[in-house]
Amino acid sequence: MSDMSRYLSTTVKTIPPSGIRKFFDLVSQTEGVISLGVGEPDFVTPWHIREACWYSLEKGYTMYTSNSGLIELREEVAAYEKRKVGAEYDPAREILITVGVSEAVDIALRAMIEPGDEVLIPDPSYVSYAPGTCLAFGKAVPVPTYDADQYRMRADVLESCITPKSKILILTFPSNPTGAIMEKADLEAIAEVVKKHDLFVISDEIYSELTYNGKHCSIASLPGMRDRTLLLNGFSKAYAMTGWRIGYACGHPDIIAAMTKIHQYTIMCAPIMAQKAALEALRHGEEEMLKMVDNYNYRRRLLLKGFQEIGLECFEPQGAFYCFPSIKSTPFNSEDFCEKLLKEELVAVVPGNAFGNSGEGFIRCCYAASVKDLEEAIIRMGNFLNRHR
Amino acid sequence: MDLQMKILNLIERDARLDAATIATMLGEDEAIVAALIKKMEDEKIILGYNTVINWDKMGDQSVTAMIEVKMQPEREVGFNRIAERICRFPEVKSVKLMSGTYDLSVIVTGKTMKDISWFVSHKLSTLDQIQSTVTLFILKTYKQEHFMFNDNDDDKRLVVSP
Repeated sequence: MSDMSRYLSTTVKTIPPSGIRKFFDLVSQTEGVISLGVGEPDFVTPWHIREACWYSLEKGYTMYTSNSGLIELREEVAAYEKRKVGAEYDPAREILITVGVSEAVDIALRAMIEPGDEVLIPDPSYVSYAPGTCLAFGKAVPVPTYDADQYRMRADVLESCITPKSKILILTFPSNPTGAIMEKADLEAIAEVVKKHDLFVISDEIYSELTYNGKHCSIASLPGMRDRTLLLNGFSKAYAMTGWRIGYACGHPDIIAAMTKIHQYTIMCAPIMAQKAALEALRHGEEEMLKMVDNYNYRRRLLLKGFQEIGLECFEPQGAFYCFPSIKSTPFNSEDFCEKLLKEELVAVVPGNAFGNSGEGFIRCCYAASVKDLEEAIIRMGNFLNRHR
Repeated sequence: MDLQMKILNLIERDARLDAATIATMLGEDEAIVAALIKKMEDEKIILGYNTVINWDKMGDQSVTAMIEVKMQPEREVGFNRIAERICRFPEVKSVKLMSGTYDLSVIVTGKTMKDISWFVSHKLSTLDQIQSTVTLFILKTYKQEHFMFNDNDDDKRLVVSP
């Protein structure tokens, strides 16, 4: 470690570097790779949304917005969540526009955590919740989820992780990396535990539009849960707008006000051009978005069938755009599997343990790739399995 | 959306998808999908399978023109008899009836501009019902059948991301 490390905070030093970063470097140095390792849509943002941003720039919308975001965008968000989730939020006091859901997660944790508070996080799940908790001086407590349960969170497992210091439960369904969803009955069981132990829920629903056997259900829509839940969503996945960095938080005015305090001093406001684009997405983007969802579903079935044919065990994921097959029939752990698959067959997938210990023995495969690439990847993975099983 | 529409939407963009792949993608039985494709071919809903080619890249020198045709419709058959007659010329790629200031839009290809002017003056304009023609040569194709001709549509995403 260099001399400069004496200037770094202990908190930052204790956060381990992302497991994905190492793998990214490895893949980047390899030519001719078919990548199923991507965490974003393969569509470009629909043209009418890009064009609306362009038009807003021409009209001179290049200034700050209110800290909370454009009121017309908050109104559209309120209408959208009412329609989709069935929960009503006041655009003036209960909605905050953020720089992606990532910012919303960060400021929510900072707004609510006292040092030592415990945050319950599904394991495996997206990589930012535990570091975010740590940066807010909380303690991340993994709640294991299992292949046998199709990676849904079980109320009894959740309850076994609760201590007197537990304060927040993070829910992340549909799930990155597993593609798991939670149905209403699953959420009702979780809601009972949440109420019994007086927890608060941060529900990251960024993949909510990407469900394939029925509509998404939000815990915020269950009786008595609206004010106990901070609902987070954004435009990255459904509208293929990852690079725009635009998301939002909906919840009780006290929570939103506290988050807005941090947001106004650190971010000020989300970029106005991204807000204008998001407005266009909500007003006129549904048709294009639904076409993209159909397209993911086609490829989801294709990849699942391919895994069946090469004998790679995988539960049927019903959301997001990931499959999470088991590699336990091979002699490798997740990281070795991914490294060897990359070197021998030039296919990139992400080791499951990059998303938590419960992901060990599994790999994340993203099917937001062309049909041609998916078919070729399946052939190559089949060859790999034949050699190593 | 019914199954036939779903199949058509898929093969409209990629005619090489086979019945087995389409069936998997739509969560349907392969035999059902194959039978529906056969049925749509028999009913001429599916007329054929073309390839979209950028001929310029092959150094091709042939020319294409769009001809606006004004014509006198005929009793009982309207524009149909003459339109169908124009269709029979092998150099004609497409014929469409238009709203607006002219009636038929005819797309024709030839090896040279002379070929096309000969077609217009000798074959098209000589038909009794044709009142006038305007020949517009196509200079460059930017997009055809949803394909961009000079677009760099490489995957710009990071190869691995969380």
